[in-house]
Amino acid sequence: MDELRKAILDYVIHEYLEDGDADDVTTTTQLISGGIVDSFSMVSLKRFLEKKYQISIPDRDASPEAFDTVESIAALVERFRKGN
Amino acid sequence: MAYSDRARATYRSELDGIRGAGLFKEERYIRSPQAAAIEVEFPAGADGRRVINFCANNYLGLSSHPEVVAAAHAGLDHRGYGLSSVRFICGTQDIHRELEGRLTEFLGTEDTLLFPSCLDANAGVFEAVLNDQDVMIADRLVHASIVDGMRLCSAMRDTYKHASLEHLEEKLQEHQDKRYRLIITDGVFSMDGDLAPLDGIVALAEKYDAMVFVDESHSSGFIGRTGRGTHEHFGVVGKIDIITTTLGKALGGASGGCVSGRRELVELCRQRARPYLFSNTVAPVIVSGALKVMEIVQGSTERRDKLEANTRFWREGLTRIGLDLKAGDSPIVPVMLYNAKLAQDVARDLFGEGIYVVGFFFPVVAKGQARIRTQLSAAHEREHLERGLAAFEKVGRKYGILGKSRDEIKEMYGL
Repeated sequence: MDELRKAILDYVIHEYLEDGDADDVTTTTQLISGGIVDSFSMVSLKRFLEKKYQISIPDRDASPEAFDTVESIAALVERFRKGN
Repeated sequence: MAYSDRARATYRSELDGIRGAGLFKEERYIRSPQAAAIEVEFPAGADGRRVINFCANNYLGLSSHPEVVAAAHAGLDHRGYGLSSVRFICGTQDIHRELEGRLTEFLGTEDTLLFPSCLDANAGVFEAVLNDQDVMIADRLVHASIVDGMRLCSAMRDTYKHASLEHLEEKLQEHQDKRYRLIITDGVFSMDGDLAPLDGIVALAEKYDAMVFVDESHSSGFIGRTGRGTHEHFGVVGKIDIITTTLGKALGGASGGCVSGRRELVELCRQRARPYLFSNTVAPVIVSGALKVMEIVQGSTERRDKLEANTRFWREGLTRIGLDLKAGDSPIVPVMLYNAKLAQDVARDLFGEGIYVVGFFFPVVAKGQARIRTQLSAAHEREHLERGLAAFEKVGRKYGILGKSRDEIKEMYGL
């Protein structure tokens, strides 16, 4: 796992999971459609990414689909880091 | 015709999707007043059945109390049926301000404003008092109406893990750059029945210069030594900046809600809260009934004491039978079944035994957390509770879940 995916996964585990549930989550676990993260709490994840990677993710791109797995979130971050 | 065949097909398919997912909600017709035992027509068209009700928010048993009904009748005679107006045009009677005064006194706040419902209070309050320089930090299990109200407000939104003071503290530290921080929580959480740790929340609010909002809908009238709410239970009366609560549960059960708290915040709601400004005033008959409810609740703790004893008896009984309960101190006692279908099957069988309860599952609660939420009432007599326990034991035995842990139930039925 690369540094980006690890950072996102660590944040998700710390921010959203109760102690002891961390082992069940991987980079392909469905976070929002799987009921782990509600779309309302997604806001803190977006803010974390923007701060850490110094990017700005427009609201139209911060969809529940784009934030559904660590993989899709990493893809989103990579896209904006390249300046798209 | 604007409602085309294509549109009809689209909406039918959405409804089929809801049915297919097992999430279609059907109403059950009740042919009697709300009480510990009610007559229910289910399925529609069936003969009415007498069942014991364990799913009402009728915590104090005041929904059909003869004195409340009589007071409502008198209100109808003396103040009329409707006012045909919002509050600030010609919809405020003397009794509206009288009830607001009673609620202020009861909740231990500075002022109160009635709303058509607590959902409306929650929808209007945040937008009225916060702006984009502020942040709202909410417990992750707050009621849906709070979530909706937060969406309508321009302040930044953030959340903390359910009842976690540690996580809340991190969030408060993170948002020190904001003009104001508002911590948002339910007093008693409606699905789990647990209490927010308000003493710890108030201490953090003082440490990090934050205001505190509490929705007391599932606690007003019975939590705390004299039933004033979760803030009384934790000894922080007077330290909660905004309380919202409902007249639609313990406090008479009809309808209506309020925002109560710091004088300026309540006044701002009167000036700006859209559900207050643009919706009809609370009907005189409701206000008159609620005034009697407040008199009963403030006059004696007899009903909340009986509710507390009933809750203890029920909790102990279900535990003795071997059912898995969520821990808590409130009259909301969730029986955990984890599997959605199992929760529905058990609820259906209990109905067959004359016990009216409802299964809750995703998305109302988290996946793998399906349950039957039982709710106690001061209207329940010992005999009602004993019959309820006997039914739970019989049905629990049928499904082989007595004495089983979460993992064992998961093994048997999946999640």
